[in-house]
Amino acid sequence: MSDLRELYQQVILDHNKNPRNFHAMPDASRTVDGYNPLCGDHYTIFLRLDGETIREVSFTGSGCAISKASASVMSSTVKGKSKEEAGQLFDTFHRLVTGDASGLSAAELGRLAAFSGVSEFPARVKCATLAWHTLRSALEGTEEKVSTE
Amino acid sequence: MSAVIETKSTYDVAAVRRDFPILARDVRGKRLVYLDNAATTQKPRQVIDRLVRYYSEENSNVHRGVHYLSELATLEYENARAYIRRFLNARDEKEIVFTRGTTESINLVAQTWGRANVREGDEILISAIEHHSNIVPWQMLCAEKQASLRIIPVFDNGELDLDAYERMLNPRVKLVAVGHASNALGTINPLRRIIGAAHANGSLVLVDGAQGVPHLTVDLQALDCDFYAFSGHKVYGPTGIGVLYGKQELLEAMPPWQGGGDMILSVSFEKTTYNALPYKFEAGTPNIAGAIGLAAALQYVASIGLDAIAAYEHELLVYAAARLQEIEGLRLIGTARGKAAVISFVLEGVHPHDIGTVLDQEGIAVRTGHHCAQPLMMRFNVPATGRASFGLYNTREEADALVAGLHKVIEVFR
Ligand SMILES: Cc1ncc(COP(=O)(O)O)c(C=O)c1O
Repeated sequence: MSDLRELYQQVILDHNKNPRNFHAMPDASRTVDGYNPLCGDHYTIFLRLDGETIREVSFTGSGCAISKASASVMSSTVKGKSKEEAGQLFDTFHRLVTGDASGLSAAELGRLAAFSGVSEFPARVKCATLAWHTLRSALEGTEEKVSTE
Repeated sequence: MSAVIETKSTYDVAAVRRDFPILARDVRGKRLVYLDNAATTQKPRQVIDRLVRYYSEENSNVHRGVHYLSELATLEYENARAYIRRFLNARDEKEIVFTRGTTESINLVAQTWGRANVREGDEILISAIEHHSNIVPWQMLCAEKQASLRIIPVFDNGELDLDAYERMLNPRVKLVAVGHASNALGTINPLRRIIGAAHANGSLVLVDGAQGVPHLTVDLQALDCDFYAFSGHKVYGPTGIGVLYGKQELLEAMPPWQGGGDMILSVSFEKTTYNALPYKFEAGTPNIAGAIGLAAALQYVASIGLDAIAAYEHELLVYAAARLQEIEGLRLIGTARGKAAVISFVLEGVHPHDIGTVLDQEGIAVRTGHHCAQPLMMRFNVPATGRASFGLYNTREEADALVAGLHKVIEVFR
């Protein structure tokens, strides 16, 4: 059970059950779909931008606990951040879930630290990063649909 | 627990299990409980040893050499075909074409028979519970020919609506392509009725037998379908080998598919004469070891007896389904009256992907996801399901382990 508890930390279980910012945003400045065809996880990310700043983030959709909690934590973490800061957070998160967390401080990680167990489950990395990939393309404004396959 | 179900003592599952070396291994510190047989089955020593013997003692190319080993390999390869014909009760060995598997077999029919026979305005019927490999080749064909693909509807219990099917039949329907058994729900389709109605309408029938051959006796002459496709790896044989059965007169009339060696009689730059059946459809060096291994797998299945296997698996299915239904919040998807040993389920409040990860920690292998049947998932309004699929070596204890594993899932998530 210990690896499982590492993966499904309380923060993740909580965000899965009660996802934050889990609603559509009719007046969003950007709306992008993210899809993981392997498991059918599917989210839509809504952004309201104010110049370089992310004012609001919300999401809808469905998927496993890891992907949903990740979308929820992501939405509350990047709110109020600049586009560049959000990009750096994604880099940090990506290193964490792929097991390259050396040199990342607890302060840098903040709430993201709840996802540290993912690195022991390579098959779940895509679940954890789906919302972040979707956020990135929403910020870049390049694609309407993101796939992690 | 249900005391209703009696164990048949004639089926020696312990002996069967000893034939499968992989079942003795541990996974993540737990004894492997392999319940992903609809994806692929494990291989008995009889098949593994046959492959080793082929490569150790018989390996050569087929149909091309006059030397000893080439004759031996050719003989074994053709013996495999002869055995498969007998196993399926096809009329003639010419009707047994080796392919890479079900997917390739269906694509072969779509690309050759389909391109030659389907025209604008024609219709192809498939069902709502097909695997992607019995959907996409027909979509491609219909797009190319401006034909239409129509879908036989399914009831909430996973059975096809055959009255609706019969109403859909009309002179434009050139082909009906349906599965023998569904990999996602387990539903066994009533092929006799489906085929009878299609033939009365002048339509051909292709059966996707990927989940048929492993669980059911297949008598092709009695079934009277026009094409039947299956994969070796789902019936305890090697990967990369499968069969397309087609009625001889149909195969004769079909243009070849891939060009190359073995499929020709003579080649000049002006004119090439194609080889006879089945070689016309076997361009290039085939999967010789695979064909021989597949025959060994079917021999293995026959040595236990398909009726005995079907009866044993059915008992397991009934037992496992009853035990799973004791779990609060668990819902079975697919409760057809006739079912192969496949159980799809959802657990309230827990995504199947998370179920899969927790079970994996217990050494239990199940499939989670859409099972290559996305339209079906949409029809049943679930993003994905968990699926436990049983084979001839699974046991009640393993069904119990699955139930215990699911209680663990609930413990983590509730
Ligand atoms: C019903 C059904 N049809 C077709 C296939 C495709 O078989 P293969 O991948 O061996 O070509 C499968 C296997 O996943 C199946 O279960």
